[in-house]
Amino acid sequence: MHGFIAVYLRELLILKYRLKRQLAGMAVSPLLYLVTFGYAMGDVIQIGEQSYLHFLIPGLVAMSSMTQAFSIATDINVARFYWNIFEEFQAAPITNLSYVAGEVLAGMTRALMAIVVILLLSLPFGVVLHYGPWFWLGIVCNSFVFSSLAVALAMLVKSHADQSLLTNFIITPMAFLGGTFFPVEKLPVWAQMLLSLLPLTHASRAIRASALGESVLWWDYVLLLSIGALCFWFALSSVNKARD
Amino acid sequence: MREYTITQIQTIMISIEDLHKSYGKTQALNGIHLQVEPGELFAFLGPNGAGKTTTIRILTGLTRLTGGKVNIGGSDITTDPIAVKRLCGIVPQHINLDSELSVYENLDIHGRLFALSSDVRKQKIRELLEYIELADREKDLVKKLSGGLKRRVMIARALLHEPKVLFLDEPTVGLDAAIRRRIWALIKRVQRDGTTVFLTTHYIEEAEFLADRVAFIDLGAIKAIDTPGKLMEQLGVWALDQINGDDMETRYFTTRKEAAAYSASKDTGFTLRRVNLEDVFLSITGKKVL
Ligand SMILES: Nc1ncnc2c1ncn2[C@@H]1O[C@H](COP(=O)(O)OP(=O)(O)O)[C@@H](O)[C@H]1O
Ligand SMILES: [Mg+2]
Repeated sequence: MHGFIAVYLRELLILKYRLKRQLAGMAVSPLLYLVTFGYAMGDVIQIGEQSYLHFLIPGLVAMSSMTQAFSIATDINVARFYWNIFEEFQAAPITNLSYVAGEVLAGMTRALMAIVVILLLSLPFGVVLHYGPWFWLGIVCNSFVFSSLAVALAMLVKSHADQSLLTNFIITPMAFLGGTFFPVEKLPVWAQMLLSLLPLTHASRAIRASALGESVLWWDYVLLLSIGALCFWFALSSVNKARD
Repeated sequence: MREYTITQIQTIMISIEDLHKSYGKTQALNGIHLQVEPGELFAFLGPNGAGKTTTIRILTGLTRLTGGKVNIGGSDITTDPIAVKRLCGIVPQHINLDSELSVYENLDIHGRLFALSSDVRKQKIRELLEYIELADREKDLVKKLSGGLKRRVMIARALLHEPKVLFLDEPTVGLDAAIRRRIWALIKRVQRDGTTVFLTTHYIEEAEFLADRVAFIDLGAIKAIDTPGKLMEQLGVWALDQINGDDMETRYFTTRKEAAAYSASKDTGFTLRRVNLEDVFLSITGKKVL
């Protein structure tokens, strides 16, 4: 337990020192999307009864909770390859579970902060959605999946360049395809089936349904939690591989 | 019935038996045997690539061994790594502080990792910052400190949880002479206060000045092991360097008189000096440490 707190607290301290930069980073891309797609093209695109902004904001929330949770991998890599801080954790009498849990929670914390930033940014656009328990639970599940995946991959890569490659090939495509910017239901059935393999598709659906006040599908949550548990276990079993 | 307290007197702090380590085809360690007693200041002296860092990393649980046995303070590194880690403090070769955090925060996180309570952490951090003469810099961010100060913070951090053994990997590499001497004084003080010290170095003077016992390591094996005095005695006390064109030849003598007599019998230039560990290293391994 003490190890978990130490690992988590260290990430929070680093976050605190970089707070301004971090918040700016969390704000930039959602703001660009809101302005270009929501504001400038809002009248052109209409999805169902609602304006595109109503569709877009939950999508941005799903996307950011993924990218921000996943970005904990970058911090772990910097600590591991440039600052050698990872040795401090390896040399401490703490369990692998403490380490993984501390880092995963740090990634999730970051994701939650990013969501608060997005919701604040969306206020001036005059869109207020339903931000109830299912909405937040969706974010928690989604960030749990990607934070755990990030920790697992950060343990396995051999350099920071490898990590960027993974981000480019896994996270960026998923950000666009996972039901964030367009309704998956409009695609042909084969494409829908393909995209339903992506965890983000389920997260977008759950987060959007709850934000628009529609009924959510419970299996989206169960599925995300199961994938998250799998990734967490994967992270746990990868820690020793980072020891040469 | 009377109760007896059995006090087990520990006579071995570090025990290494037939230690092997390979990285793929590279054989980094080729069967190291070694024992270090409690309170001893032990030095590993060897050139770059000899296997010094690999040994320290294995002893402290950072790297996994591929053969042999390591026991520290009665616990086996393979079967009970967490117990071993509690006993060890490490100052690695490269700076590994969180440079964006303050000195105090770096130490505080370390204390938490070793499960020190909040009161103990506060008190020990204060004490150690005094000890390394950095009490006025606790709020400074680590990135603002010089290299020598960073080393001192790393030593304080390694001592925070009161380890039984302090490992230092090339503790003064890249530091200038005056700062090096301060670090040496600090290391001596740590030993005097009861901690076993295991350090690696490729500086002759460092091993000579600090160590109770020195092991020469080359190509992943120990070539000689003894006190600096006994190691040097094997060669003699005085060394006479004679320059022959591009080559330098060194002869060793037990007394100054013999050396003087020899030099008088030749008519080339000589330099007379005391034998040092470099001479011993060279005579055993056929190469220089640096
Ligand atoms: N992570 C690693 N992967 C592959 N080879 C390594 C690794 N670390 C060390 N080595 C090799 O092991 C040998 C011993 O290295 P090291 O213990 O760092 O020596 P020293 O600290 O005495 O300079 C060297 O040949 C080095 O190249
Ligand atoms: Mg080394």
